[in-house]
Amino acid sequence: MLSSEILGYSLSILKGAVLTVEVALLSLVISTVIGISGALAKKSNNRLLRYVLFLYTTIIRGIPELVLMLLIFFGGQIALNNLIFALGYDTYIDVNPFFTGVLTIGFIYGAYMIETFRGAIQAIEHEQIETAYAFGMNKWQVTRKIIFPQMALHALPSYTNNWLVLLKSTALVSVIGLNDMVRIANLASGSIKEPFIFYLFVCLIFLGFTAISLWGLKRICLHYNIDTEKVLKS
Amino acid sequence: MDFSIIFENLHRYQEGLWITLQLTSLSVTIGLFLALILALMKNTTNPILSGFARCYIYVIRGTPLLVQLYLVYYGLSQLEIVRESFLWIFFREPYLCALFALTLNTSAYGAEIIRGAIKQTSLYEIEASYAFGMSKVQCYRRVIFPSVVRQAMPAYFNEIILMLHATSLVSTITIVDITGVARMLNSRYYAPFEAFISAGIIYLLLTILLVSIFTTLEKRINKQAYQLKIT
Repeated sequence: MLSSEILGYSLSILKGAVLTVEVALLSLVISTVIGISGALAKKSNNRLLRYVLFLYTTIIRGIPELVLMLLIFFGGQIALNNLIFALGYDTYIDVNPFFTGVLTIGFIYGAYMIETFRGAIQAIEHEQIETAYAFGMNKWQVTRKIIFPQMALHALPSYTNNWLVLLKSTALVSVIGLNDMVRIANLASGSIKEPFIFYLFVCLIFLGFTAISLWGLKRICLHYNIDTEKVLKS
Repeated sequence: MDFSIIFENLHRYQEGLWITLQLTSLSVTIGLFLALILALMKNTTNPILSGFARCYIYVIRGTPLLVQLYLVYYGLSQLEIVRESFLWIFFREPYLCALFALTLNTSAYGAEIIRGAIKQTSLYEIEASYAFGMSKVQCYRRVIFPSVVRQAMPAYFNEIILMLHATSLVSTITIVDITGVARMLNSRYYAPFEAFISAGIIYLLLTILLVSIFTTLEKRINKQAYQLKIT
């Protein structure tokens, strides 16, 4: 009897794993967008922009992810409903834990991605950019044809590293009530008293994700003819 | 926003701060010793020792700390062997479970930092020390470790700050640290902004304080090393 229940819950943990991947990939997209635009903005001479970016990275690096997530989840609820009330509507909206989770994680790792892409842009030889301008390319063309392709390769090691850390931090969305695999493991261990097996299973899935990511990195490295070992070490 | 709630409950934050600081400093200190042992194990030619260290580091770094915490706190209590032995006195307490999980976690990350630093040590220095007739232990003590300390310091200081932030997760297993106080106040007064912003400010100040201490330390140690070199 018990083993069939364990099997059933394991299947729902696998379903939760899909949600974990969704959260991770969506927040990766958000953090990449923040990272690239932040890195380009850091090059600009706008003082206000640089000040805002400084504040952003300081806050992200100084405050634990869990506190930020709880603040955005519970605080966002109140702020949104106050806003709706102030606009004159009389409805109540529940903040979706999925979007809160994705936004928070994307927002947090965006700060790390800025550093990743800034370093990658700096690694590009300046002569190439000057040459491109000398050939009459405009700023957008230079960014698209010279900076981006090289930036992507330079950013790869640190980007992979950020992705691996981001993937693990998706476990936090279970705390705000999203049914990812960690929370399903919580619920499963609550109903039949086998927490050890369920959490071990979740650990194995996370290890599998890490292995798949590293395999993917290896494929990319092969394609672009770079040394994987070198990428992983730096 | 009404921050008077926070001022009335300031003593709770103080207690939470104490718990956070305890967990951070204890786990980092014990973790450093384990990390050193693990790093040396991974560097040995013994396949069992290095294999164990490699697996341990891979598993711990590949899984989230939150799940590790749950595994220790909820999972171990399920096992008969744990419950019926002397270990139960230890794993019954959420505080000790948290300390255990945090220590294991930081030891794996620390081991990787130290191992990287050992590898960075110049091979010529090690060969020269052997040529001078030093034993392996002497070589480690006089040549490798001093260089490891300098190499690993920045990354290790960063790890300590990450651990400070990681302790916030212990609030999920009923421990009332800074985050735990904030969560309690939020559920009691429904004041998320006040509760979590003040917790965030405390963490931010702690981080800034630690960073400034670490940069001073780093400068001082590097200066000493530099002076040793020129004399």
